[in-house]
Amino acid sequence: MSTVSQHPPGDFWEVEPHHHHEGASTGIGFWVYLMSDCLMFAVLFAVFGVLGSSYAAGPGPKDLFDLELVALNTAFLLLSSITYGFAMLAMVKGRKGGTLGWLGVTLVFGLAFLAVELYEFHHLIHLGAGPQRSAFLSAFFALVGTHGLHVAFGCLWLVTLMIQVGQRGLIDANRRRLSCLSMFWHFLDVIWIGVFTFVYLLGMI
Amino acid sequence: MAIPSDIPTTFLLGRLDWHAIPADPIVWVTGVVVAIGGAWLMWMLIKHRLLGYLWHEWFTSVDHKKIGIMYVVLALVMFVRGFADAIMMRLQQVLAFNGSEGYLNAHHYDQIFSAHGVIMIFFVAMPFVTGLMNFVVPLQIGARDVSFPFLNNFSFWMTVGGAVLVMMSLFVGEFAQTGWLAFPPLSGIGYSPYVGVDYYIWGLQVAGVGTTLSGINLLVTIIKMRAPGMTMMRMPIFTWTALCTNILIVASFPVLTATLVLLSLDRYVGTNFFTNDLGGNAMMYVNLIWIWGHPEVYILILPLFGVYSEVVATFTGKRLFGYTSMVYATVCITILSYLVWLHHFFTMGSGASVNSFFGITTMIISVPTGAKIFNWLFTMYRSRIRFELPMMWTIAFMLTFVIGGMTGVLLAVPPADFVLHNSLFLVAHFHNVIIGGVLFGLFAAVYYWWPKAFGFRLDPFWGKVSFWFWVVGFWVAFAPLYILGLMGVTRRVRVFDDPSLQIWFGIAAFGAVLIAIGIAAMFIQFGVSIRNRDALRDETGDPWDGRTLEWATSSPPPAYNFAFTPVSHGLDAWWDMKRFGQTRPRATYVPIHMPKNTGAGVIIAGLATVCGFALVWYIWWLAALSFAGVVIASIVHTFNYARDYHIPAEEVRETEDARDRQLASVGA
Amino acid sequence: MTHPFKRLCWLSPLLPLAGCEAVVLRPSGDIAARQAHLLVQSTLLMLIIIVPVMALTVWFAWRYRASNRKATYNPDWDHSTKLELVIWAIPLLIIVCLGALTWVGTHLLDPYRPLDRISAETPVDNRQPLQVQVVAMDWKWLFIYPEQGVAAVNELAVPVDRPVEFTLTSTSVMNAFYIPAMAGMIYAMPGMQTTLHGVFNEAGEYQGLASHYSGHGFSGMRFKARALDDAGFDAWVAQAQAGGEALDRARYLNLEKPSENVPPMTFAQVDPQLFSRVVNMCVEEGRMCMAEMMALDAQGGLGLPGIANVAALSDPGRGTPRPVLGLPPFQVSGICTVEELDRMLASAPAAPQPRDPSPLRGRGLDAPQGILGLGLIPNRLTQSVPQVGAEQNL
Repeated sequence: MSTVSQHPPGDFWEVEPHHHHEGASTGIGFWVYLMSDCLMFAVLFAVFGVLGSSYAAGPGPKDLFDLELVALNTAFLLLSSITYGFAMLAMVKGRKGGTLGWLGVTLVFGLAFLAVELYEFHHLIHLGAGPQRSAFLSAFFALVGTHGLHVAFGCLWLVTLMIQVGQRGLIDANRRRLSCLSMFWHFLDVIWIGVFTFVYLLGMI
Repeated sequence: MAIPSDIPTTFLLGRLDWHAIPADPIVWVTGVVVAIGGAWLMWMLIKHRLLGYLWHEWFTSVDHKKIGIMYVVLALVMFVRGFADAIMMRLQQVLAFNGSEGYLNAHHYDQIFSAHGVIMIFFVAMPFVTGLMNFVVPLQIGARDVSFPFLNNFSFWMTVGGAVLVMMSLFVGEFAQTGWLAFPPLSGIGYSPYVGVDYYIWGLQVAGVGTTLSGINLLVTIIKMRAPGMTMMRMPIFTWTALCTNILIVASFPVLTATLVLLSLDRYVGTNFFTNDLGGNAMMYVNLIWIWGHPEVYILILPLFGVYSEVVATFTGKRLFGYTSMVYATVCITILSYLVWLHHFFTMGSGASVNSFFGITTMIISVPTGAKIFNWLFTMYRSRIRFELPMMWTIAFMLTFVIGGMTGVLLAVPPADFVLHNSLFLVAHFHNVIIGGVLFGLFAAVYYWWPKAFGFRLDPFWGKVSFWFWVVGFWVAFAPLYILGLMGVTRRVRVFDDPSLQIWFGIAAFGAVLIAIGIAAMFIQFGVSIRNRDALRDETGDPWDGRTLEWATSSPPPAYNFAFTPVSHGLDAWWDMKRFGQTRPRATYVPIHMPKNTGAGVIIAGLATVCGFALVWYIWWLAALSFAGVVIASIVHTFNYARDYHIPAEEVRETEDARDRQLASVGA
Repeated sequence: MTHPFKRLCWLSPLLPLAGCEAVVLRPSGDIAARQAHLLVQSTLLMLIIIVPVMALTVWFAWRYRASNRKATYNPDWDHSTKLELVIWAIPLLIIVCLGALTWVGTHLLDPYRPLDRISAETPVDNRQPLQVQVVAMDWKWLFIYPEQGVAAVNELAVPVDRPVEFTLTSTSVMNAFYIPAMAGMIYAMPGMQTTLHGVFNEAGEYQGLASHYSGHGFSGMRFKARALDDAGFDAWVAQAQAGGEALDRARYLNLEKPSENVPPMTFAQVDPQLFSRVVNMCVEEGRMCMAEMMALDAQGGLGLPGIANVAALSDPGRGTPRPVLGLPPFQVSGICTVEELDRMLASAPAAPQPRDPSPLRGRGLDAPQGILGLGLIPNRLTQSVPQVGAEQNL
């Protein structure tokens, strides 16, 4: 651009008051956060990839995993994603009761998922196959445990949001929060599909 | 000075007992000095009734400008600590010859070089850079604040929390004796049983949360909050580099967080990620930490490339040469920075093809970097260069950084790295690029934007004193390290047996003294400038004849930055406004919607810091309690829906009228 | 002609002061010399661009200072496609050259690659390289000479002009082995084995050191590397064999305990399996060797019974504190019979690899194959045909 125009190209100030839509950045901001969280899971998956067959002459996946139980667990989480979807549909229609109801169902599924996972962990540790036994078990507990921790926080957040929706209804701020949690919940679902495939299914082959 | 490896833990205090007080007179004296200084500061604050002011106007502020300034203050305070460590190392290495053990035992010396690295990278360079981006970016894109102002405040206090934990390790317990990256197995519970590595982990984790969140915040700010008309290819170059930096932060800090989580699991639970036995793999840590660590290098340097670009364009009075290629160079560097991590450990023996691949990718980074240097060079061509301090630092950078870049490419040649890895040549190289690139750029930035932040310029005399001592001191301090590296001397060594090396360590120590004078001159300069602020006053808001939007508002800018949103019609929006004689509009002012201050950030970050401290010392009840506190405080915070307020139109009008009078008084 | 860069010391204005004591630039060994050579070459190549840039910076800064009203001022000139092409192309060209240099140099000087010459004038003879097994300990170096059956702590003696093949490992934490006058450094890591090839071309006593920080006693991990003539080396071996004690597993476990600034000592006899056991982390009685563990893991582990196949550490030494929230550290018990173990440990050191003397084909440098080489006769682009069954390219 060696030639520079000599005429003002237009107004240099916006004098009409324009309103930044409040919370316009929240969606993309939360999305970026999820991507950074995704990288954390990427590290855990990579670590599992490296250590996943270092059993230290101990038990391997075939000796430890109960695929039927994990399938049930997977079903819980996938169903919770669907029910969260229904909650969002109810929210779009502006039905507060429906939203709360479906959120409640989601919460139940989430807690059921956690309960089964805790049972599985307890079972493994009781067997003596705790995270200390081998690098494979360390990587397994870290990956699945981190996911579980996320679900637990998701549940806590869900309860908080249910209270807030109950108090103030489906106001803009709450709708925004519900969308964020929705992204978070589905994100955890996607991660779980990865866990189920790479850790459980591939381990059982 | 041995700490028993099995200190009994009690319920109330965990493993915190009298062993925690370092048996080292150097630490005691430091502790007494810090205590007296702190008490004096506190007394002065109370005496002048400043505590309330600080709390309401600064600590709880969500104003990006104030948060940016607080970041820089944090960085400067930590810089003094990090530099004290550096001086102690220089002194030890010059003394420890001819059978002398020097004045530092291994336990102390090993903590010092670890702390020096950690502090300089995480608590000086990072907050400095983040603070700079915080202050400048919203102004430069014509925004009123960042996207998530509360998060910004919270991020800052998390960074402070991490710094507090690291500083605490000086007086309570010990710091890591592992080097700044804490490679296992040395950093595992077996070889580092006491609290040092735990301080390291929790200090970085607490600060890391802040860094990641602030990265997300600034990234979204740049994407969503740009002034109308400011397309991506019209963004000021500093904003561009800030964008790339924050992408790097968001895409690399989670790796650090995850890696440190795994290390802490190894230490606390006894898992086998990085252990020798039971299938663990310590080299995985080395890979993971450098997958974070190499982008980190570019997180530090990229924004400063932006600063140099702004400074060069301003002080040459000329448009930046090759804006487009500058942008593409920045993006290239951003992407390539993920493909080079293995060059930090060629000597692991990965095989020739792997090593060559990473060596060559590393060299390729020097191509866009070289293009940048040429762009600055040709911006200077046929210009009118005003040698104000920011420009002086930029020239010093260009002359210093090319040498550091050259030695960097040299180290990227694997066979050369085999003889120079872990040597003082390497130490000289990264100080060459971090001081010559990052720090010089930060100084250029401070001189450049100080008038914008405070409304008066910095005193040029003391600035020049500081400049010359710094630049000369840098070369005197680090050229000997290059030579020592070629003499086969490696890093982190405490005692030497070859007397012919001593002279070089002597020269390096002298250089460090010169740098110390440079630092002192800089603080004197701040003092002198504050005292003479009326003579140095910047009334116009545009003291350097700038080009970008931050110069379009007053110095310091009002809380809302711009009464009306500026519109960009090309690069250098403010330069265009000046060229076309555009002045601030005098339309009807409307109330301005702004975020409210809140103390939640301080509280939550404070609780997180307490939690980190409790985890370091195994005080489980406190850890549980403070963690629950963090969660509850966060939830309570979300119940507060009234987070905004409006600045009344009347107040905006008064502010703007005052600005008009000020401009009229200087005839602008 | 061995050190063509001796004359280049003037290049750095600071080096005259160093009086060319810079051992890295003027080493004794051929490998280090070639590494230094590459270092100097790369520097010269980069100076082609660095020097003009620095000169231009100074010149532009002076020429276009604001007070110089004679200089042209062209404030809106901000683009020139030709110039941009040049400023991207020149660094790129230099990097292309440097990249080629790097690729070739990295393969030729790969520490795993057996030497292809003893010095610039002398090609390799048919003597096998001297085997030295190196163990980085807390905080001293152990050198085992398997052929001679002797060992030394903090003292390395090797014959001049005979290639040396170091195999390295570590007992506790990661370290790096470095003799600046001989060859570049390489990591020594617990449970892992690395290799380094080098040679001394001049007799003398050189500094050897630990170059990766390893904890409290790190600074004292120095040793003298003595390059002796053949007679001198034989005498040294004889001396070691004559005096000193035997290094068996018990003595090793004792030696392994942390100690600092250890004076040199020698051992007259060494357990031939010792190094293998160190690498496999099974010097202690009853502990499962890594090789055994990995073989079991490859078959899917030991299943649920394997959970119980653990025992308290037989040698609770450095590196054993209990994690606060976990069980005390434990080890896996070995289940191999003595015969199986002997077979496994005996086969652990790799057979000597066939030497590939071609100048441009190093270990790991594959012959062009794959998509681009579909129609090519294998190795058409290289001067040498590899020996049948040469697996060194893996």
